[in-house]
Amino acid sequence: MIKLIGRTLVAGAFAALSFAALAQDTIKVGVIAAFSGPFADYGSQIEAGMKAYMKQHGDTVAGKKVELITRDTKGPAPETAKRFAQELITRDHVQFLAGFGLTPNAMAVAPVVSEAKVPMVISNAATSSITTKSPYITRVSMTIPQIAEPLAQWALKNGIKQVYTVVADYGPGIDAETQFTKTFKEGGGQIVGSVRTPLQNPDFSAATQRVKDAKPQAVFVFLPAGQQGISFMKSFNERGLADAGIKLIATGDITDDHVLEAMGEPTLGMITAFHYSSAHKSPENEAFLKAYAAANDPKVGAPNFMAAAGYDTMHVIYEVAKKLNGNIDGDKAMAAIKGMKWTSPRGPVEIDPETRDIDQTVYIRKVEKVNGKLANVEFDKIPDVKDPGKK
Amino acid sequence: MIGNAIGVLFDGVAYGSLLFIIAVGLSVTLGLMNFVNLAHGTFAMIGGYVCVVLMSNAGVPFLATLPVAFVAAALAGLVLERLLYQRLYKASPLDQVLFSIGLVFMSIAIFTYYFGASQQPVSLPSYLRGQVHVAGLDLGIYRLFLIAIVALLTFALQYLLDRTRFGSQVRASVDNATAAAGLGINVNRVFALTFALGSGLAGLGGGLGIDVLGLDPTFPLKYMVYFLLVVAVGGSGTIKGPLVAALILGIFDVSGKYYFPQIGGFVIYALMVVLLIIFPAGLYGRRA
Repeated sequence: MIKLIGRTLVAGAFAALSFAALAQDTIKVGVIAAFSGPFADYGSQIEAGMKAYMKQHGDTVAGKKVELITRDTKGPAPETAKRFAQELITRDHVQFLAGFGLTPNAMAVAPVVSEAKVPMVISNAATSSITTKSPYITRVSMTIPQIAEPLAQWALKNGIKQVYTVVADYGPGIDAETQFTKTFKEGGGQIVGSVRTPLQNPDFSAATQRVKDAKPQAVFVFLPAGQQGISFMKSFNERGLADAGIKLIATGDITDDHVLEAMGEPTLGMITAFHYSSAHKSPENEAFLKAYAAANDPKVGAPNFMAAAGYDTMHVIYEVAKKLNGNIDGDKAMAAIKGMKWTSPRGPVEIDPETRDIDQTVYIRKVEKVNGKLANVEFDKIPDVKDPGKK
Repeated sequence: MIGNAIGVLFDGVAYGSLLFIIAVGLSVTLGLMNFVNLAHGTFAMIGGYVCVVLMSNAGVPFLATLPVAFVAAALAGLVLERLLYQRLYKASPLDQVLFSIGLVFMSIAIFTYYFGASQQPVSLPSYLRGQVHVAGLDLGIYRLFLIAIVALLTFALQYLLDRTRFGSQVRASVDNATAAAGLGINVNRVFALTFALGSGLAGLGGGLGIDVLGLDPTFPLKYMVYFLLVVAVGGSGTIKGPLVAALILGIFDVSGKYYFPQIGGFVIYALMVVLLIIFPAGLYGRRA
């Protein structure tokens, strides 16, 4: 009974929403992400990128003040994320939802935005299917297959025919393995072995030894950024896999710009595919880096792809606000978002009108020392990559 | 094939050594003093951060930071023992668990506030990196170093607890505090020092472990299972127990992951269940 009353109230509030939104002279953006716990970096990076955009472009757009309201999910917590979304929409009357570092949280909010017709901008969560869950969802980050596919193509083009795959045994790891294996085999490559490692795995000696025994030309790795990646790299170097002629290729989250310095020299020479490197050379990226440094406490650390996505999240919101003269309506906003094109700090991007997912250039990079600091230096690129998960 | 098996055995022993290094302090506080100290990882984390700060800010060499890590964690242990822990010696295990887990969450928040949530950079000196080739085998230098440290630690602790006056005071105080106090032993002081010793060992383990385990504010929570595993399987009240347990778990974990990667992550836990069914008080448990 109480549940029923609750539902009625929520539905009523949703109905009242469009009037409330019109009457406001601020544009409120609800940011749902993890700001504490093991994924605290996700939230702080996304928010730091958003603040950088607001520093650079001012905090008013179309005559309205832009206000960020953050909510901390503390980690993968679908129920909490859903509750936050409902509260932000009904109580705070936000016109946009943004953030979402983790897939389960984004998935849980999808039905809420469908009902409330509030545009939701995904700033990170990388599972392909998220944007299919609601017509009010768009994504400015990337999907894992979108990175794994061009990497497999690049490897084939550069004479790598035999690969061993090592992935962490969880959703994104399996997505990466599946897409890489598919593209690589279709192109005539051979997967000589694959291993999935537990998500909490302090020791990679067994996995790296298996790779060494199989003597592939390269090993494809997908592991969560941070400790797992560092451990693998250390094991890879200690065991002399590079000396045995085995190349290491991976998606760029393993050499995340935010933790690259902490990973240290073992990463030198590592080849990764990714959509953003803070070492990307363009005036847009320089402007972003400058605004990032000006808008944030140095304790937030070096910006990475999530900060860049936070920056682009705000770009989308500002552009929509300009186009609609500050009167945000869910359906009109989504129409404005579809097909939106701009030059992001990462390069040229476009929101695909069909899938509302982002089309972008994927770069092949190598870790090098630039001015005494480790950086992902881009040396090859595959332009206009669409998410292959929806082909 | 044989070469591989020996290599896997070596990696297993090295991994077991690492488990022992991070858990040995707990076998002192939990094992000897019977205090369910889930905050063990907090002291390890203090040691780890001391190492990192000294290395990256003051340029102190890695090996020289380890004794400082020990002392810093021991001091932190001493202060907390006098302020908080000693009030709960007589409390039920549940109270001890709740208290120490609370301490863990507080320490996570404090370290996040001061150091941020990200991984701390650490690079070992070059003489500890890479591999040496012995009789056709490639042995990791840092792994050999860990094994050597474990041999030294085991010997030193065994000597301290079995052969010295302090050791007998500890055992007497733990077994019967009232009688020990009646014999003129300052039980409070003995407990405080023992707790400081356990915390110091945790700090040392934290410093030695950074290279393999990494270091971020969630460290105490992330590796709690491993500390508890070693002490539970090893049994309380000895140093030998956790050592044997750590080596067994390490060897089985690495060989499980090498020979049967599909179930590799599961082996260590299955083994724990089997061992605890056969030895409910742990391999070398004193109290049944």
